[in-house]
Amino acid sequence: MSVLGAFTFPPIDELFRWKDVVFEDTPFAINKTAILMLVSTLLIVIIFVGGSRRMKMQPSGTQNVLEITYEFIDGGITRDVIGQDATRYTPFLGSLFLFILFLNFWEVVPFIQFPPTARFAVPLYLALQTYVIYLFVGFKHHKLKYLTGHLFPEGVPKALYILVTPIEFVQLFLVRPFSLAVRLLANMMAGHILLTALALLTAYSLENAPIISIGPFLLNIGVTGFEILVGFLQAYIFTLLTAVYIGDSLHPEH
Amino acid sequence: MLRLLLAVTQLQPDLKAGLQSIGAGIAYGAAAIGPGIGIGLVVGNAIQAMARQPEMQGTIRTTMFLGIAFTEALALFGFVLFFLAKS
Repeated sequence: MSVLGAFTFPPIDELFRWKDVVFEDTPFAINKTAILMLVSTLLIVIIFVGGSRRMKMQPSGTQNVLEITYEFIDGGITRDVIGQDATRYTPFLGSLFLFILFLNFWEVVPFIQFPPTARFAVPLYLALQTYVIYLFVGFKHHKLKYLTGHLFPEGVPKALYILVTPIEFVQLFLVRPFSLAVRLLANMMAGHILLTALALLTAYSLENAPIISIGPFLLNIGVTGFEILVGFLQAYIFTLLTAVYIGDSLHPEH
Repeated sequence: MLRLLLAVTQLQPDLKAGLQSIGAGIAYGAAAIGPGIGIGLVVGNAIQAMARQPEMQGTIRTTMFLGIAFTEALALFGFVLFFLAKS
């Protein structure tokens, strides 16, 4: 214990709060989070517009990757979850998936190592977007029956509505968007804290007891690989749940 | 007991932060128990289903991730609460 006796972990704010680069103290202030979001958007646009510029019947190189990505989103998420005729939702789900995926992967890019999705504003905005869309789709397709169908489900004894209706109401309007946002935030935040803690531990023990530092160092490499998996999985789950909620709004009987 | 703790807290401000940290740690630990069991059940049954019907693998995997996501949310609420309780 004496080796790590003086080791202190910095306050959480220091890991997530970045200084404004331009337009300080205005609503348009730009910091690392905003820059990374802009860069990811640009990257996605460049990769997809550039990759689909000269498309061939026999795909090769970039076109292969783009087609697999499209197949994954259209076949694996949209058609499987919402329905065979739901291809019109693929552009939205696809951009959502790619945006979150690129933001999450900044966590393991050397010298950047910060996932913008670990700031609550980003997942909250994405979740609210999903929230507005599935409510809009529900009310557009079923009018007020959407609300009554959810709040007063069929096959439930009348007396139980006292219990069921408030739960369903909270579930539909509060728990869904909140849990969607918190799930992404907490996963990325936990990963970032874990990587930082291991890196600090390595650096600290390298100074004081070099033999011990091999442990956290190897662990850090392993956790980095695990974080790549988590980043992909969270983007997938966010998109999947968005698709499930939209599908639920379209066909509430399922 | 609580009154005693409160009195001690006023005597030593450092102790308050320490107790808060302990409380936050216990809260997160407790919040992780249920989801741990739940995710174990979900994945275990999904693997069993995949082994019995390999042709249904795709559907089962999608449903498994959905189940994990819903179960995991509880643990993550605990994680967020951990930071709220600590500060």
